[in-house]
Amino acid sequence: MYVTLSKFAQTGGLVLFVIAFALVLIYALSPRNKANFDHAKRIPLDEGDE
Amino acid sequence: MTATNTAPAQNGGSEVPFIAAFLAVGSILALFVAARTTDALMSAHAMMFLIAFIAGGFALVHHLSSGKTLTQDVYEMGVVKAGVFASVFWGIAGFLVGVVIAAQLAFPNLLYFEDFGWTNFGRLRPLHTSAVIFAFGGNVLIATSFYVVQRTCRARLFGGLAPWVVFWGYNLFIVIAATGYLMGVTQSKEYAEPEWYADIWLTIVWVVYLVVFLGTLLKRKEPHIYVANWFYLAFIVTIAMLHIVNNLSMPVSLLSTKSYSLFSGVQDALTQWWYGHNAVGFFLTAGFLGIMYYFIPKRAERPVYSYRLSIIHFWALIFLYIWAGPHHLHYTALPEWAQTLGMTFSIMLWMPSWGGMINGLMTLSGAWDKLRTDPVIRMLIVSVAFYGMSTFEGPLMSVRAVNSLSHYTDWTIGHVHSGALGWVGYVSFGALYCLVPWLWKRKQLYSNALVEWHFWISTLGILLYITAMWVSGIMQGLMWRAYNSLGFLEYSFVETVDAMNPYYIIRMTGGLLFLIGSFIMAYNLWRTAKGDVRAREFAASPALAPAE
Repeated sequence: MYVTLSKFAQTGGLVLFVIAFALVLIYALSPRNKANFDHAKRIPLDEGDE
Repeated sequence: MTATNTAPAQNGGSEVPFIAAFLAVGSILALFVAARTTDALMSAHAMMFLIAFIAGGFALVHHLSSGKTLTQDVYEMGVVKAGVFASVFWGIAGFLVGVVIAAQLAFPNLLYFEDFGWTNFGRLRPLHTSAVIFAFGGNVLIATSFYVVQRTCRARLFGGLAPWVVFWGYNLFIVIAATGYLMGVTQSKEYAEPEWYADIWLTIVWVVYLVVFLGTLLKRKEPHIYVANWFYLAFIVTIAMLHIVNNLSMPVSLLSTKSYSLFSGVQDALTQWWYGHNAVGFFLTAGFLGIMYYFIPKRAERPVYSYRLSIIHFWALIFLYIWAGPHHLHYTALPEWAQTLGMTFSIMLWMPSWGGMINGLMTLSGAWDKLRTDPVIRMLIVSVAFYGMSTFEGPLMSVRAVNSLSHYTDWTIGHVHSGALGWVGYVSFGALYCLVPWLWKRKQLYSNALVEWHFWISTLGILLYITAMWVSGIMQGLMWRAYNSLGFLEYSFVETVDAMNPYYIIRMTGGLLFLIGSFIMAYNLWRTAKGDVRAREFAASPALAPAE
């Protein structure tokens, strides 16, 4: 049990995290999302006063 | 807002029967425990729960029978206002106890009372840490998260009276925890001292908090979830997970305060520091980064420097922080590979920490003059600078070789306080200075000059505190490892304690200055909420013209 888990953590876990982080980078840096983020960063400023 | 946004009169919704039933069951349970227990401490706490539940029942009935036609305003800001009060109150209480225990260290006989066990350093120290982290910090986080999630989702808080359950329930937990420490109820886990029944109560409150927050996100009118909410959500979810796992224990009986942890030995130590370091990572960092990402752009009237960087910042921080705990256990029975893992992840944390710091600081890009003209912005930006400094220091101290010098010394205390006073304290003060005029609909603070006084007095206090602890800690570490020519230890332990005394006095002075600053803030916020503006500044502020 211990050996299996630590084997997975040291190999599969690494691969899983690298892939997950790569997906985050793709999402964050993709030019397609630029308009979305340009809108998002204005959210606190465009709320208006009631 | 306009009439279209006000729904018909509504005193309570579907949550009311749940709250009423819960208060009834809670009262009966508390009464049963109070009546049956032979443990005086348990009896005291059961009575406190009973009084709180009955008071809650009266408040509920009063609310329902008041017959007031409650207009469903766009936003629920009453609970945020209550959170501001609680934050300031607990902040001052926590800083005050901090000064008292600093004085106890500097002058051990001054505050030693043989007949009053609760004045002992050992009882007051967890009172201080919990008061500043959970009472002050927790109330700031709950209040600001309720404010930010409503404004950025353009939606009223979910759950009707549920946000009030979170507010009162959380503060009841604080009172139970604090009175427990003073009476001697503790499970001896750092930052997780409250015993099993207080832990269960906090779990219930926290689940309601999560439901309110998620429910508000779900009914948002703004399609994108603003990044500050991501940080708040990560804080809520992760704290729930950490709190439940670290507090898994078996009470001796339903009628006893005492419980035994599910873990023992090195597993207990690892679980505790997995919890302990993520209390830093997700309570004191992620939650307060949520404050940074809303209040700095809002106050500076400029969007965050890079939204993309904020997304990478978020995910990198979440991925890395959770692994850093084992660096608290260098040179212990924990397997060396696990220690190295904790150290490596701590070092990798430099990247998201500094990425986030740069994102916060650069939000002011093109408006740096505000640092001079707006003391609130200065407080927020200096807090981010302290965040950068203490998150640089932390990974350095997690390196095994550095840790061999720094661990168990005052260096750690100094490091914690540069983060706690500089980062958490200042970003909270900045948020409170923003919130009070917004919530009470005032054009400006009572006095900007008093903010200046607060800023400079407490900055001086922080600098005295952390520089004294650096010198004291490194000296302490070096004295412990000094050998003479014959291979014997150069200094006895008591000699190292004696050598630290002057630095303890400096540290106490620094803490006192920080406390004085918080009194100035409380006065300023109080006058602001009342709607006063300091006579001199009323005339002066509009006259400020930009420099040619």
